[in-house]
Amino acid sequence: MSDLPASAKCVVIGAGIVGNCLVGHLADLGWTDMVQIDKGPLPNPGGSTGHASNFIFPVDHNKEMALLTIESQRQYREMGFNNTCGGIEVARTEERMEEFRRRMTSARAWGIESELLSPAQVKALVPFINDDVVIGGFHTPSVSVVDSLASGTAMRDHAVETAGLQVFANTEVLDVETVAGPNGSSVVSAVVTDRGRIEAEYVVVACGVWSNRIANMAGASIPLVPAVHQMADVGPIDVLAETNNEIGYPVVRDMDTFCYERQSAGSMEVGSYAHRAILHHPDTIPSNSESALSPTELPLTQDDFDPQMEEAIELMDMLGDAEIRYAINGLLSLTPDTMPVLGETVEVTNLWSAAAVWIKEGPAIAQIVAEWMTYGYPHLTDPHGADIARLYSHERGYDHISSRCEEHFNKTYGIVHPREQWVGQRGLLKSPFYSREEALGAEFYDARGWERPQWYECNAPLVEKYGLSRRDHEWDDRWWSPITDAEHLALRDNVGMVDLSAFQIFDLEGPGAMALAEYLACNKVDVPVGRAVYTPWLTPNGGFHSDLTMIRLGDQHIRVVTGAFDGGRDEFWVRKYLPADESVTFTNRTSDICTIGLWGPNAPVLVGSLTEIDLSHDGSPYGSVIKAEIAGIECELFRISYVGDTGWEIYTSWSDGPALWDALWEAGQPHGVLPVGMGVYGGTGRLEKGYRLFGAELESEYSPVEAGLARPKVKAADFIGKKAYIADREAGPAAVMCTLTLEDHTDSEGKRRYPQGGNEPILTLAGERIVDSKGRVSRVTSAGGGPSVGKYLLLGYLPPEHAVIGTDLQIMYMNETFPVKVAATEGSVFDPDDTRLKG
Amino acid sequence: MRILVCIKRVPAPGARINVTPDGLAVDSTQLGFATSPHEECALEGAVQLVEQHGGEVTALTVGPEEAEEQLRYAASVGAHAGVLIPTDGSAWDPQRTAKVIIEAVRILEAEGGRFDLVMFGNESADSGGSQVGVRVAHALGRPAVNGVKGIDIDHESVTLRREIDGGFEVYQLPQPAVIGVKEGLNLPRYPTMKGRLASKKIELRHVALDAEPGGQTLVKLHRPPEVVSNTVILGEGPESAAAVVDILEELGVL
Repeated sequence: MSDLPASAKCVVIGAGIVGNCLVGHLADLGWTDMVQIDKGPLPNPGGSTGHASNFIFPVDHNKEMALLTIESQRQYREMGFNNTCGGIEVARTEERMEEFRRRMTSARAWGIESELLSPAQVKALVPFINDDVVIGGFHTPSVSVVDSLASGTAMRDHAVETAGLQVFANTEVLDVETVAGPNGSSVVSAVVTDRGRIEAEYVVVACGVWSNRIANMAGASIPLVPAVHQMADVGPIDVLAETNNEIGYPVVRDMDTFCYERQSAGSMEVGSYAHRAILHHPDTIPSNSESALSPTELPLTQDDFDPQMEEAIELMDMLGDAEIRYAINGLLSLTPDTMPVLGETVEVTNLWSAAAVWIKEGPAIAQIVAEWMTYGYPHLTDPHGADIARLYSHERGYDHISSRCEEHFNKTYGIVHPREQWVGQRGLLKSPFYSREEALGAEFYDARGWERPQWYECNAPLVEKYGLSRRDHEWDDRWWSPITDAEHLALRDNVGMVDLSAFQIFDLEGPGAMALAEYLACNKVDVPVGRAVYTPWLTPNGGFHSDLTMIRLGDQHIRVVTGAFDGGRDEFWVRKYLPADESVTFTNRTSDICTIGLWGPNAPVLVGSLTEIDLSHDGSPYGSVIKAEIAGIECELFRISYVGDTGWEIYTSWSDGPALWDALWEAGQPHGVLPVGMGVYGGTGRLEKGYRLFGAELESEYSPVEAGLARPKVKAADFIGKKAYIADREAGPAAVMCTLTLEDHTDSEGKRRYPQGGNEPILTLAGERIVDSKGRVSRVTSAGGGPSVGKYLLLGYLPPEHAVIGTDLQIMYMNETFPVKVAATEGSVFDPDDTRLKG
Repeated sequence: MRILVCIKRVPAPGARINVTPDGLAVDSTQLGFATSPHEECALEGAVQLVEQHGGEVTALTVGPEEAEEQLRYAASVGAHAGVLIPTDGSAWDPQRTAKVIIEAVRILEAEGGRFDLVMFGNESADSGGSQVGVRVAHALGRPAVNGVKGIDIDHESVTLRREIDGGFEVYQLPQPAVIGVKEGLNLPRYPTMKGRLASKKIELRHVALDAEPGGQTLVKLHRPPEVVSNTVILGEGPESAAAVVDILEELGVL
């Protein structure tokens, strides 16, 4: 074997499905001078890929994962390693059947053929199933079993042949070296192995369960934990052997027992996600030589698997007499929020993570990481849910990761409501108003560690006052309260206080601050001191990386205010572009500054009673930030609104926060002040105004032109994505963000239903999916009540021919269709002229 | 027939065995555990005999609480009962082990009648002393043969076969007898899922016994140097044929 080279442009560590596909995709994008190493032998170095069950069920509620899975399946097919066998999820409970109806809806959204089956139909496809214990099935004919080792080998060979990739197996990484970079950063410089040292410009960690250990060598973190998934291979079974096929019957997922049965030639693999969470630490995983099988195939802890065997036999009696020939505690990677961890690490420049990836999405994830490294951002799909930078430092500790993973492991086959809340690791970050909110009966929801009131029980009497009620169907009603609608209406009548302290606040200061701000922002932020600008931050190809507010506080001082869910990614983005001449100082002010949003027709009179300054639209115009004393407390008043009524975001120091709250609360009593939760701020209030939300309406596949956020002119200064933005403006939108109204809530059982805004497909009256000229499907990106307009509201992109006010369409929800109407294509359904903002 | 099979919990084969820093014990941090392979064959042999001739198989082990796992495994492949002589997990020498097994046999036979066969593995996979079976047989005054690869029951006798260079030795022993089984006697079955579940319902019996050690002391464990085998790729496709021929000639196969 040849010696390690002294240097390479890129070193990829790991030769599992991700590392292998990554070198292949990098080669396709023109990368050369690459080295791939793995501590194990090839083709199976001993990581999770080697023992994976390799089946792919493409239907997923999550858009990012659905698109990555579908694309991966296409790539496996193209390589000739995709064996289509079909797959059936079976239900033992009515609740699961409801979930299947939801899955039918997601299947429709992504264009995947699926059907619901009766028990008899299930048995017709899988004759050895006991149809007495199932009440129905969800069948996807395109479910397949892939050969991940052969696919990975093919991709690696492709990189060897086309890009001169050098591959070194049995080579263990001992260290990952860094050097100091500008602005206090750390830059990866070399990989030290037991066969020598390689200087490298880029290093990618695609090491599965070992990823965090490798990243730690460089001072970075890849937040994941190795976790056990138990699996046994039982056989021989005649009916399976007679197929003379690796996979002759559909894969069965017994969803209510969190178990699967997948044929493997003459035997059956029985896998479980039902056992207790069994978590490991990367340092306690055995080496290849210490392993009887492989490092990620640990001895089965039999007691944990026994209950699963009973349930498996219940479903397929023939399994009882089959011999357990192979059984493992297989290791896979879990992250605190279930999503992969991809992208450049936040701690070390040019050190990349491609980890916590399953076989089903491996090739496409390798592609987006390769695109990210090449173009500065992926093209295939928006990656924000998997972006490693999304995770704050408080989400990277072993205790936090393991606690969250323990909680979600048994939800792998669970029915997870889109608003479902975490039970553990709560109360990590609290605003200064927390105790006051608690006293008012706040129902706290988690926002990446921040506790934010969703609604307040103290407002419950308003439900009756406004004649509101709970929802008919438990699913629609779950994690929701009519108090939100009541708070909404009361805010519009009087004035509401919203705790916005989870805002992520960054200050850019120094001679280069304005140039940096201009480079990051699509809109002109070189505005007079005291003015603020709402602006997209674009990706290099003109999609949304973020949307946020930038406030000019001084000639050389710009403040960035962004949301709790996006602070990690946005901070990383700023730091990435800090000028090398160190002319900008970056400070995260989040824990110094707290914020109260005060909105409603009585907001001016309330604030006016506590300050001397001119609060008129001359003294405090929309979009301005002025310094003011409120009840003697130094504050900044930012006249803006995300709920559609006049008022301010009021910023003050963390320590003065409680006094500010008390002053506003007390002075607000004669004006009907009430605490208002995020259900209004992020839901009903914004939906009535059609305000877009990052991660829902705004993603990197869409441009400001399509989101209706393009300004009349393009600013002169250069900025990220400018060229693409100009091209998008010239081309016009391929889809237009619209507000739709639900015209009839009634389902086939006469219940009023409330679509949850979880990618429900928007269909023509003929029932056809709507796909724009760029191949993007029209789907509901957000949904919620519009109490002031008396309609249930939905946001979604529509091709221009459908984006016409008054157009009648349908949406699918829980496998039924409901009529909708296009109500706004720009502007909003509530107060379209913004007269209330001027009030 | 009543058959007693003595088994031992040992580190699962296939993995590198590490020793603790003081060199006095096996570091079990990364290890899975199994029944010694010779004993798996003894167990399978016993189960097959009972399947043919009727009767009952009892599995017995001397070991820590965790060794119940091996007794349950024995039950999952056909043993009817399991007996644990609990230890604190430390390694017992062959004399001490044999003494408690002898005592256990006396107790169990007093309660349930004679064991027609007491079966052992030829030697355990970890310490490999090859002594316990012989010591038990001697103390009980029963005939014993080790290295057994064939068993036939004929009324009150048992015919045993064992390999020697170029052939077999055949022994005929009266019952009761003691047999040391060697791997190759049979191909042990895997447990079925139903077998595993049934094994959980069997009540395992603990018999507290102890005896004086026989005087062996452990001085130090050494891990032998790893044998590294390098894979050499001779080539791909038809052009590699010449290289393959060279190797075969080198091996003297051609």
